[in-house]
Amino acid sequence: MKFFELIGNYLLLMSKVFSRPEKVKIYRRRIMAEMESIGLNSIGIVAIISVFMGAVITIQMALNLESPFIPKYLIGYATRESVVLEFSSTVVALILAGKVGSSIASEIGTMRITEQIDALEIMGVNSASYLILPKIISSVLFFPFLTILSTIIGVGGGYVVARFTDVMNVDEYLIGIRYSFNTFYITYALVKAAVFAFLITSVSGFYGFYAQGNSLEVGRASTKAVVSSSIAILVFNLILTKLLLT
Amino acid sequence: MIHVEHLYKSFEGRTVLKDITTTFDTGKTNLIIGQSGSGKTVLLKSLVGLHEADSGSIFYDDVCYSSLNFKEKKAVRQHVGMIFQGGALLDSSTVVENVKLPLDLFTEMSNSEKLDRVHFCLNRVNILDADDLYPSELSGGMIKRVAIARAIVMNPRYLFCDEPNSGLDPKTSVVIDNLIREITEEYNMTTVVNTHDMNSVLEIGEKVLFIYEGQKWWEGTKHDILDSDNRELNDFVFASAMAKRAKRALR
Repeated sequence: MKFFELIGNYLLLMSKVFSRPEKVKIYRRRIMAEMESIGLNSIGIVAIISVFMGAVITIQMALNLESPFIPKYLIGYATRESVVLEFSSTVVALILAGKVGSSIASEIGTMRITEQIDALEIMGVNSASYLILPKIISSVLFFPFLTILSTIIGVGGGYVVARFTDVMNVDEYLIGIRYSFNTFYITYALVKAAVFAFLITSVSGFYGFYAQGNSLEVGRASTKAVVSSSIAILVFNLILTKLLLT
Repeated sequence: MIHVEHLYKSFEGRTVLKDITTTFDTGKTNLIIGQSGSGKTVLLKSLVGLHEADSGSIFYDDVCYSSLNFKEKKAVRQHVGMIFQGGALLDSSTVVENVKLPLDLFTEMSNSEKLDRVHFCLNRVNILDADDLYPSELSGGMIKRVAIARAIVMNPRYLFCDEPNSGLDPKTSVVIDNLIREITEEYNMTTVVNTHDMNSVLEIGEKVLFIYEGQKWWEGTKHDILDSDNRELNDFVFASAMAKRAKRALR
């Protein structure tokens, strides 16, 4: 019962978030600011995760595909497919749920308990839309870019392993990453990134917006935001994979 | 003028406000006083619509605010300014951005006109050379003064202040009190101040409403307070040593 109440409250908040903004110009400025705080500031962590992820996948593939009957270039192929299909969208989204989600929930939650949201309401501002909509739009626009970046760096991480270790031959790796390339997989990864971006920002915004009490509650709201958005990512990963790939 | 009729408000079965009927006059500093937990803040937040009253009516001049729909309430709120206990300035915005925000959202003024208006309001509250500072870089008194500037930037007809002196030293409190009184007279606003600071009451209390256990217990002026024989009011008033001394001096 409580679950349905939660979903109902979330949908009600979303209806407020997507109601007509007071002034589009102000929102445009806020979207640019959020792009910097949510998107640009996440490039570093995405790059670090991706390079190590790509490197580790290549080593594991090399170990698991060690057979005279399996061509070595398939290691590169498998690395690319893993990175594109799952790691650069889902795993990176899970990491960002922790970084961006907790930051959004604690920012909005602190605004709630320090009456900043009440102050906006008194001014006649639709606080839900003013605070959450720019975050949703900027993340939906920026996360696909982070996914592309992660894919490139992830595949690059595999290249570094192939180049500087004796796990496999670098030429075979390069053949592998270009072998049998399905461009729809990129579309699939980008769609997932956009959906996950929406889930992370809206769910975290929801928990922050309804935070009550003191700083402890803000901490709890932040934890709930990360857990719930991570679960939502996993559920929607399954749904989108079923819808788009089968 | 703000008129309240038979206002009730409860939270999870606990009645916090019981049958409040009163009038807050225009051009005067109207104070709501009472102990912590007596329902002052709930009354103030019900007046501005941050809490939905269970029953009763709130009139802003001739408009029955409590019967308006969301859109109509939003329009009325553009004539309302509020100063919160902690200032409630937006942490991620500078002083100028905080004060300018209502102008950005609700007026068609040019940027230079907006900045002129912002600086006029900041000068009025004696905030100079702090345009690009963030709230975290301001003192408690400065935060309150910037909050006052933000509250008056749209030329409101109604001003609400929730414990404007909380956390301030006595000298700064007097400055804030005087500022609120001067602004009220200057702009002929209906000002409602929620406080438990007896210095404020004796300084600016042109009309005082005493709330006790969620009910209107006493109403009068700052002069009437000192001569009142209402036991609960006296208990509250003379708990303050300052007020005791003031009473002795006056008698």
